[in-house]
Order: sequence, then C-alpha cells, then structure tokens
Amino acid sequence: MGYRAKFRVWRGNANTGALTSYEVDVNEGEVVLDVIHRIQATEAPDLAVRWNCKAGKCGSCSAEVNGIPKLMCMTRMNTFNPEDVVTVSPMRAFPVIRDLVTDVSYNYKKAQEVPVFEGPKDLAPGEYRMQQEDVARSQEFRKCIECFLCQNTCHVIRDHEENKKVFSGPRFLMRIAELDMHPLDTTDRKHMAQDDHGLGYCNITKCCTEVCPEHIKITDNALIPMKERVVDVKYDPVRWLGSTIKRRTS
Amino acid sequence: MKNGMLSAGRARISERTLRTDKWWLQPFVTFAVLISFVIYSTFRAFENANYYTTPLLSPFYSPCLAVSCVPGSSDLGQPIGSWFMLSPAFLILFIPLGFRMTCYYYRRSYYRSFWLSPPACGVGEPHSKYTGETRAPLILQNAHRYFFYLGLLLNFVLTYDVILAFRNENYEWGHLSVGTLVLFVNASLLWLYSLSCHSCRHALGGRLKHFSKNPVRYKLWTWTSKLNAKHPMYAWISLLWVAFTDFYVRSVSTGFFTNFYIF
Amino acid sequence: MERHSYDVVIIGAGGAGMRAAIEAREAGLSVALVSKSMFGKAHTVMAEGGIAAAMANMNSNDGWQVHFRDTMRGSKFHNNWRMAQLHAQESPMRVWELETYGALFDRTKEGKISQRNFGGHEYPRLAHVGDRTGLELIRTLQQRIVGLQQKDKKEFGEYEAKLRVFQECTITELMKDDSGVIAGAFGYWRETGDPIVFDAAAVVLATGGLGKSFKVTSNSWEGTGDGVGLALRAGGTLIDMEFVQFHPTGMVWPLSVKGILVTESVRGEGGVLTNSEGRRFMFDYIPDVFRDKYADTEAEADGWYTDPDNNRRPPELLPRDEVARAINSEVKAGRGSPHGGVFLDVSKRLDAETIKRRLPAMYHQFKELADVDITKEPMEVGPTCHYVMGGIEVEPETTATVGVPGLFAAGEVAAGMHGANRLGGNSLSDLLVFGKRAGAGAAAYINSLSTRPKLSDAAVKIAEQKTFAPLANGGNENPYTIHQELQQVMNDLVGIIRIGTELQDALTKLAELKVRMGKVGVAGGKEYNPGWHLVLDLENMHLVSTSIAKSAITREESRGGHTRDDFQEMDPKWRNKNVACFMADGDVQVKLKDLPMLPADLAALFEQSELKKYLSEEEYAQLPKEVA
Repeated sequence: MGYRAKFRVWRGNANTGALTSYEVDVNEGEVVLDVIHRIQATEAPDLAVRWNCKAGKCGSCSAEVNGIPKLMCMTRMNTFNPEDVVTVSPMRAFPVIRDLVTDVSYNYKKAQEVPVFEGPKDLAPGEYRMQQEDVARSQEFRKCIECFLCQNTCHVIRDHEENKKVFSGPRFLMRIAELDMHPLDTTDRKHMAQDDHGLGYCNITKCCTEVCPEHIKITDNALIPMKERVVDVKYDPVRWLGSTIKRRTS
Repeated sequence: MKNGMLSAGRARISERTLRTDKWWLQPFVTFAVLISFVIYSTFRAFENANYYTTPLLSPFYSPCLAVSCVPGSSDLGQPIGSWFMLSPAFLILFIPLGFRMTCYYYRRSYYRSFWLSPPACGVGEPHSKYTGETRAPLILQNAHRYFFYLGLLLNFVLTYDVILAFRNENYEWGHLSVGTLVLFVNASLLWLYSLSCHSCRHALGGRLKHFSKNPVRYKLWTWTSKLNAKHPMYAWISLLWVAFTDFYVRSVSTGFFTNFYIF
Repeated sequence: MERHSYDVVIIGAGGAGMRAAIEAREAGLSVALVSKSMFGKAHTVMAEGGIAAAMANMNSNDGWQVHFRDTMRGSKFHNNWRMAQLHAQESPMRVWELETYGALFDRTKEGKISQRNFGGHEYPRLAHVGDRTGLELIRTLQQRIVGLQQKDKKEFGEYEAKLRVFQECTITELMKDDSGVIAGAFGYWRETGDPIVFDAAAVVLATGGLGKSFKVTSNSWEGTGDGVGLALRAGGTLIDMEFVQFHPTGMVWPLSVKGILVTESVRGEGGVLTNSEGRRFMFDYIPDVFRDKYADTEAEADGWYTDPDNNRRPPELLPRDEVARAINSEVKAGRGSPHGGVFLDVSKRLDAETIKRRLPAMYHQFKELADVDITKEPMEVGPTCHYVMGGIEVEPETTATVGVPGLFAAGEVAAGMHGANRLGGNSLSDLLVFGKRAGAGAAAYINSLSTRPKLSDAAVKIAEQKTFAPLANGGNENPYTIHQELQQVMNDLVGIIRIGTELQDALTKLAELKVRMGKVGVAGGKEYNPGWHLVLDLENMHLVSTSIAKSAITREESRGGHTRDDFQEMDPKWRNKNVACFMADGDVQVKLKDLPMLPADLAALFEQSELKKYLSEEEYAQLPKEVA
C-alpha cells in the first residue's frame, strides 16, 4: 500500500526561505504530519514543526497544505493522488520563526484583551443553574481548539498587516459572542465587539468557517448573530429608541 | 503583490496562493450568474411592458403602484400619480434589491466574486487597503433587517398574486394554469429565503440571552435555524426562479408561448 | 543571559499547573508559568470523559465517602488514603469553581451540572461537556489566568506584571542553594534556543505523564516524564513507578494513530466489547473481588443503563486494568480483530443522532482518522499506555516533595493518589484538587521562609553546560532511532504483562541505550531544533524507563497496573509496600517504604468482607473491633 510521495516543504526563517523538495515513503492510513515526521527522522532532523496531540484536539500543527489552511494531523494522505506534489508551508498571516513554525503571539495578545466571564456576584460556587438550551450556543464555540487557522485565513489580517491593531479576528470575536450568549455573564459585550475588536471589519466571507477543523459554524452562529446584536444597540433606530425609553423608565 | 502577505517577518513566499485546486471556479460562476441576473433584470425594469397578462403579474412589477401601470395589474391601487415618469418597477425593485444586496450570504458572494476581497480562501486579494464594513457606504449593510421587514410585505403581495392567479383570462375564479404554479413556487421560495434570513433568525429568538424563559421563541428560533443552514441554497433558487417567473409572464404576454390551463 | 525572579515557578501549564498558578497568584505571589508547548495545548485537552466529583446531582446517595470508597477499591487499597480523602472531599467545590470562571458543563433538567457513569464509579459522577471535558477544563483555567492578568493590568498597568506565561520554554534543571533548598530553575526557549534562568523560592512540578517512553501511547510528545527526571536529579523520591495504566481502548488502526484514546464514555454510554467470535467476553473476566458488583448476564447488564437501582453494572465498566488485561488476553488467544484489537460497538444501542450528540469527538476522530462511521460500524480498539499512577512522593496536604524543600508536585507527575490503578475521571479532579493545594502549599512555604534562597552563579553555569552540551557533540547516533528503540524495549519487555526475566533483559538493554545516548549527534543550530530537544528529553525518558523497570522487577505480585506473569496473584503482603526510587551513585536505586495505614473511621466505610480481601491477616487483626 505504501508509495514514495513527492513533498515540497517550506524551509527558512524570517529573512529568507524556499520550498524544498523531498521524496518520502507513505504508508496506508497516514496523515501529512506523519510524513513531515518521517522527513524529520530521516532527511532533515532539524526541520521545525509544532505539534502535540496528533489527534486534532490541541490545534498545534496548523499549517497550509497545498495552500489551504489545515491541521497537518487531520489531513489524510489518501486525499491526494500518489503522483501529486504535496506542498506544505507555514501559516502565512503570522511571522515565521523557522520552517513550519510561526509566531502566533498576536492571538494570545488578543485573547488577553477580551474581558473574561463575569458571573453574578450573588451566586456562590455550586449555586449556578443553567438550562441546556441556554448553554448550547456558547458550548459550540467552546469546542474551539485554538488552532488559529481561522485567524490565519481571514483576509482582514492575512492581507492587511496594519489591521492587526484594530481587528481581533474570528476566534476572538467568537469568544465575545460566546460570552454575550452565556446565560450568566453580566457584561455587555456588544459595543466592545464593534468598537474595540473590529467586528465591522468582518465582511463575512466565511473562510473562517471553511477552514475550522472543529466544524464550528463561526460565521453563521457567532459572527452574524453578533453583528445583529450590535445593530440592536448601535444602528437600529427603533430598537435604540426602545431601549433608551426602557432605561429611562426603569 | 500589493497586499500584506509579504509583511516583514512572514514567510517569503511570492505566490498569491499555493492552492492547486480550481479555487477560481466558484467566484467565476457566482460572478457570471449574478451579472446575468443584473443585466436581465435591468433590461426588464426599463422595458416597462409585457409584465402583466391576465391573471399573471410579474414579480418585478408587483405591486404595480403607478397610474401608468397597465389595466388590471394594480391590485393594490395606484397611489403614485402620473408625475412618476419612470417604469413602475423602480417603485418597488429597491426592496428586493436592497434585501439581497445587504443579505449576509450575498455579501459573502459578491465580496468574493466582484470585489475579490478575497477571491477565495487563502488567495491573496488585490487591494492594498481594507476597512470592511466599518464606514460608509458599507456600514449601511447594517440596515439589512429593515429590508427584511419590507421584503416580508412584498412576500404578502406576491402571495396575494398567487391567489389572483387562480382565475382565467376572463377573471373567473376556480382555474389553475401553469402560470399559477410558477407564481406559487416563486412566492414559496421567496418565503423560504426570507424566513431563513439571519436577521429573521435574530428577531425570532437569536437576540435572547435565555431561551429557557421564552419557549415559544426558542421553538421558532430552532426552526428558523434549520432553514438558515439552507439560506444560500434558497438565495440562489429563489433568485433564479424570480427571473424565470418574470420570463414566463413576459413570454405569455408577448405571445412567445401560451399559458396552459390545467383546469 | 535572560534572568527572571519570581516567588514561584510552575513547570507545566496543564490542568494542575494552571490551577496551581491561579491559587498562587490569588495568594499574592508572583508566578511564572512555564510550558513546553504553547499555552492551552497541554495534554489535559485530551481528557474526554469528565471530572469525577461527588456532587450528587444525579443520585442523592452519592457523597464524598462513596467516592473515596470507589477510589480505594480502584487503587486496590494501595493509595495514600489521605490523598484519596482530600480528593473526594474537595473535588465538588473545585468543579463548581470552574463554573464561576465561565465553564459550561452539560446540564440536568434542573439546570445543575449533568454527571455521567464511568468505570469503577458507583454513581453517575463525571461532570462533562460531551466528550471534550479536558478542553473545557484547559480553556476555563486559561481564561481564568487571563482574568487574573486583566486584574493585574488594572492594578499594575501590565498584564504580565505578576503572572507570566513562558510558552515553548523547557526547563532542564532545578537548582538549589548551598543549604539544599530549591532556589531556581534553568531552561531554554524552544523557539530561539536561548537559555533562561529563573530565581524562585519555590518550584511546582506539574509536568504530567511519561507515556512517550512506550511505543503505543495516548500521550503527546510532551509526555517525556520531565518532572520525574527533574525531581530525581534534585534528590526527590519516586513511588509506585511500576503502576502504569494501559487504557483498554486506544485506536489500533490506522498505524499512524495507533494508541490514540477512545474515551471510556463510549462504554459508559452503552458501548459493548466483543471478540472476533462476536462474544461479549468481559463476562469471562470479572474478578472475584468485584463479582457482587457486576452483572453476570447480558440481560442484567443491558438493564442497568435504564434501571441502575435494580441491575448490576455491565462488566465493560470494570476498572481499566481489568478491561485492558481482558482485551490483551483475547487478542493473545487469537480472538482479536483484523488489526490486533477487539471490537467496541456503540451503534447497536444508540441511534446515530444520540451518538453524534453524546460522543461528538469520537465520531469526528474515527470518521476523519480511520474512515469508520461509529454510528454504523464497530470500532477496533486495544490497550494503550495512558497514565502513570506512580511519580514523585509528596505530602498529601501541601504536595511538598518528600526530601526537597521548596519543591512541590501535583497532577500526574505526583504519586499516591491513585495507588495501583486510577479510576477514569479521577485525573481531572486530581489536577484541580492538588493543583490548588500545590499553589497554596508553595505560598505557605514561601511565607514561612525567613530569607530567600540565593542562586549561585556556579549552579547556573553547570546547568547551562549540561543543557547545551549535546549541540557540541559530534556523535553519530541518531536520537530518533534511540528513542524508537527505547519505546520498543518498554513496549515488549515492560508492557501490560511482565515477567522477571524479561524485565532483567529490559534493564540490560536500557543500560546499552544509555551508553549509546552518550554518542548522539545533533544536526543544526539551537533555533527550534527538535533533534536537540529530543536528546534532552531522552535523558528523562531513560530515567523514567529505568525506574519503571526496576520497580516492576521488585514488586513480586500482580496488582492494578502492574501484572507479573510469574507472580499472578495479588499478595496482601505487598499491599502496604511502596517501591521507592531515588538517585544514588549516578543511577536509579530502589528501596521499600511502608504506606500509612487506613484510620478506623475510614476503614468503617467498607464491608468487613471486602477489607479481608485486601488486607493481610496481621493488618486486619490490628483494626479496632468496631470495624473488623
């Protein structure tokens, strides 16, 4: 069942680099990460690659396979023809450190800027009561393994470095949606989503959803509902009037 | 390459994309279909003729509100006087146009296929600056829900047109023609497209924090969420069918073919 | 050289490390949290089933005493009773705390945390989120840490003023001051290869497991036993190293994913194990000590899922060691599946929608990695090295490492809590309970110090030389090859079933590998160089392997995660004996230590007949009359 596969792997650092060709054995049932490891064990012991669980659960081995953002551990070799050349490159929205390893610190910075969950002050641990239907929406978003493929594919920052300052990316806009839909969170997240995290930059082209290895419906279930929630408080004159009157009378 | 994929520190890869699949196919098809629709509908809106043949009214002209409308086509009256010199289609076409232009799904499609922002996932876009929907004019996309409300009104009118189509050329009730079915399918698809809309989903229940306190709205939300998953499909089919419906009415009106009566 | 000073350095940012960091920061300490991989990627994310805590949300009969009893039974009465007691008592509050950090567990109809059945637990006890509970735990703790950083930003103007995460940073040596007290740690940045020194008054080891010493394992590359190596070299003691848990259900096919975990929840939700003849073989493997607790007919086993009060539980839910051995025996007897496992089928009992809802990650994993639709076909599964019960010997209350002042250990790297065998679900609760205690223990220790220990330049120099030496080595041995051979030795000779002669062979081969390890060569520079990293990890893996083999050869009985083919019975004489490993003369040495005796009030929680099965006659005779 095995065959020799042709691979092109990007090798280099922040200043220079190129696609390097390798010919490697491939066995039945293997994934791209197996092949990268074989290259490492046989031909290029210093080939840098980030990985942990090799089961699609930790989101470490993010890269681009034939130009499409993917987890290397979840890209099966039998999705290619044996004669195909498989090109593996690092994520292109982030600075490269070496070979397939990129500097994803942008994401950790953005994570720090989202105010965390704030529960009701009057509830002690053990007193939280939530219904399944109320937690289900946020639970979908909490499936996120933070592989940052959605961040990598989002053209807002992939193609426009300068937007990194004002745009937190699909992962963290989804995090805001998760908290806004959390049945016991007490912070208003709507203005923050638009004003501090750049939800308005999203033009819902849905690439984040396309590349999500957890199949989270980021656009339909998080970003668009969040945009609608922002409209409620910022752009819809009727609702704005309604809520203003409500606030005045209460 | 003008865009930021070669910003300092990133991997020096000069290709705009390393994708090897036919990534350009989808935006190309989208572009072709949308542009064809735009050309056809513009022509029809300007044509100002062949939009009514008893008992069928083209959706491009329904409701027909101007004094200039052909006899029999104005079931909701003619509140717009003779000062309105343009085709009566322009009085209402801004609604479906606005609804679809601001639709979250169409936005995705035309940003990709017309504006190439981005043309496909992982393919560099040609623009050097990008501000998305943060400022005018694109900030107006946030008006989507108002077009949705107006679109709902239009759906009622088009449904009423289906009822009126249960007549024959002599305005006698109890008849059914192929045209009736065409109008019926058209109205149904437009309802599906509207009710699967993201703004509808938000209004029915999406904006709630606690579903458990609003069981009825939760049920509605669950139901519209199921439709919402098929929103892109409804968007395409309803678009094509609305053009076909108009084409059918025009063809009957010009005598290109006759409207066959089943009974 | 980059140098930082913190009150406490926590090594490992999995569940235990993060919980310790939270506790230490809340106690006012400045904290460095050092992680080999990226923040939020730790092996804890792999935990699927849930967190065991006797919250009694599903069955009001549950309580800490019941949980304690189950844990003791699961461990074959070989664990530290005080740790098991603290764990059972405190785990509910640790879970509830997570909710205040924003965790979203699956709910019951009353809106409480839903709890599921698991092997060895008498009542539904595992708080869970589908089958991705570990991810929820990691993310929740990670976000709590961010929350604390946001507070610090308000107070001190910087997110990382008092609590900083050092990611992709490996610690290679612990350093002590002249009086033998922990004074700091030495490591390197994986990305740049640059050295980094921490001055610290206390160090918490939360480095997790050591599965990478075995060929078939559910552990990720991080599981190299770093904490075990660091503690040994710093003068600490290991206990129970022979007790390695082989999870009964790992994937066996395709080869590239061999070992990846198939959660026990599959069986908890009704999954059935069959051999190639279609027989539900687990009925043939119910040991005597469990015979009254488990169903002996298929009808009764099936009835338990809907009516647990009137039926005994199915034997698929026996403790993990029993199930792993049973599968091993079936495969050896030639009744295995095509790829050398057995069949696990959940498709017959649950409909496709329910499977996708309750076991989404498993559905996903099999669909994408093996092309198997578990809603229609059975899975092929076999044992995989999953967890080590043994590890660093610690004080139960503070998690202070025995023999090394200033060093603490929590989570999988620590020993005592799980004895001879760990129950599913008890590891996540272990992380929380003892992670918190480690943070508090370190804080109390630092507050008790009159002067801060001082790190000498000489100590730093030694650590630096040792860490960077491999890069200058011109040897011709390939570290990847040596690693593979080490794994093969452990798999073949120190695996599920052990024999004295084979263990002896293993020690010989390990000694040979040790010699070859001195001749490894490293290609490339220090920047993100996995070859160099592996050489450094190999030393720890070798210490781990040697400790396991030496402990295994010492314990001449079979108990829990340690099965000797030449000593097949559980021997009460060995119950209260810990095999302890320590470093002397440059090698791992072994001695025996006594376990503390169960106090009378806790012994009274068990039936006399049960105590008789585990305790030796002398021990049983010593129990107070009202118990015995």
